[in-house]
Amino acid sequence: MSLKLGIPSKGRLMEKTFEWFNNRGMAFRKIGSDREYAAEIGGINGVELVLLSASEIPRELAAGRIHLGITGTDLVHEKMVNWPSKIEALEELGFGYANLIIAVPTCWVDVDTLDDFDAVCAAFRKNHGFRLRIATKYHRLTREFLRDAGVADYQIVDSQGATEGTVKNQTAEAIADITTSGQTLKANHLKILKDGLILKSQATLFSLHRGSIDEADRPIYDEFLAKLDNPK
Amino acid sequence: MTDLSLWAKAEQIAQVLRQQGAVAIDTDVLQPADFLLDLYGEDIRARAYVTSDPLRGDLMLRPDYTVPISRAFLDSGEKEARYSYVGTVFRRQESDLNRANEYIQVGYERFGDRNEPEAEADVFCSIREALDHPNLSVQTGDIQILTTAVQGLRTTPERRAALMRHIWRPRRFRSLLEKYAGLKPATNQGQARLSEEIPFIGLRQRQEVQARLDILQRETKTEPISKIELDLLKEITQLKDTYSNVLSVLRDFAVDLPHLTDAIDTIERRLDALSKRGINTDELIFEGSFGRTSMEYYDGFVFGFSLRTKMASLQVASGGRYNALLRQLGAVGNHGAVGGVIRPALLQQAKEEQE
Repeated sequence: MSLKLGIPSKGRLMEKTFEWFNNRGMAFRKIGSDREYAAEIGGINGVELVLLSASEIPRELAAGRIHLGITGTDLVHEKMVNWPSKIEALEELGFGYANLIIAVPTCWVDVDTLDDFDAVCAAFRKNHGFRLRIATKYHRLTREFLRDAGVADYQIVDSQGATEGTVKNQTAEAIADITTSGQTLKANHLKILKDGLILKSQATLFSLHRGSIDEADRPIYDEFLAKLDNPK
Repeated sequence: MTDLSLWAKAEQIAQVLRQQGAVAIDTDVLQPADFLLDLYGEDIRARAYVTSDPLRGDLMLRPDYTVPISRAFLDSGEKEARYSYVGTVFRRQESDLNRANEYIQVGYERFGDRNEPEAEADVFCSIREALDHPNLSVQTGDIQILTTAVQGLRTTPERRAALMRHIWRPRRFRSLLEKYAGLKPATNQGQARLSEEIPFIGLRQRQEVQARLDILQRETKTEPISKIELDLLKEITQLKDTYSNVLSVLRDFAVDLPHLTDAIDTIERRLDALSKRGINTDELIFEGSFGRTSMEYYDGFVFGFSLRTKMASLQVASGGRYNALLRQLGAVGNHGAVGGVIRPALLQQAKEEQE
């Protein structure tokens, strides 16, 4: 019997995660060679670590292959429909902050808000004969946000990386992307719409609902929860 | 699971439509995605399954019949036609597992009339006969009342065009209207200046930005839409009454919005045509906002048939006039189109939940 905890396998997110658990009496330790994706957890028995890409953690949780997982709110909201029916957010970890926003070229001095953006979408379609393109990997969140705002005449084009460069390269007219400091946007001559904040995201510990965890594993789960309540 | 009794029921419904003179027709299940995306916008991507192959690119599993059948009609070069169809449509579901993602539709589409009320009465009555149910509750409306009212507003063509564009998005429509009536301050007055220092990137050109700044500045000098017109539009969207009451209210409105007169005449002629087909029009209700959120291209008469069960009210059929769709698909001249669609599974469900 054991619980599986999915944690980000790389970089700062992994280090901060280690630190966060360390402060709650559960020391993480990488095992094997530097390049091997393996780690173990101290201070509690019956919890097994699974190192994963942060973007795969929502899928693994949804499939029930892991019971707990740390990933960004943005990824859960984008990839898991009706996520509260499947998992719950146990703790916000206080790092990995990022905002999903809509940005347009700084040279669009006539555009400050979604209102302006919608008007530009209409004019753009008329002038150019196709719908204004928004580059993003957050298709669902962007679409839902713009639908609620009543923005029309746009289209989403997929962009899995270097999204900020798409406007300059003329493969999109606007973007919806994650930003922390806004520096990359600025460097690429883009500005955020005043009311263009789609989602505030941070690293969060998600868990299956207690009811969907095997009865035999529930004591471990409860012990794990108790430890979370007592940070150093 | 394929429910054979459902297909039998669907066939039986289609048979009634064919007896009215409609020709049986079918369409491809795989439809060009780019085309539908350009027509409906991003929302269709949330509602339709997209698939692809390396030769034809993105394709959509048929999300409705109206578009492919309209295209087939336009391609045929015929002047008029009446079609019926039975088949499956596919709707991607993003939030509710209980909603069907694949279901049978039976439909009737009628092309080529020139806004004749008889064509509308024919579709309405044929669908009603095909449903063949004693407890149908009927909803009707006419998008044209709202669109003519907007086109008759005493304001700039830009404002009228902006409102027309959002007729089918009621929330955005209201917010625009309030802005134009001066109830909400304009947040952007076009004060920004284009300087040479800002690097220009992307496809949108300098002159496009300048053109919009000019519009925004003109906006600040434009007289607000009057309180009277604002209230009239609001009342139109909230209308819900018998036709005799609605018509007398609309005639009052026409004093301030003379454009409405033609649309009122159209309604009266439609009521005559419905009466001639045996409909008791005294019992019909007109709703000012009905059909506004269902399909973007309905632009005249709209109707729906529902059955109340213990659990809910199920809309088992709906339809209306969609000349705007035909125009958007490239129809030249004065082509009209009216159609209606029945969902046999909902009829079945209504029957089960009533027992």
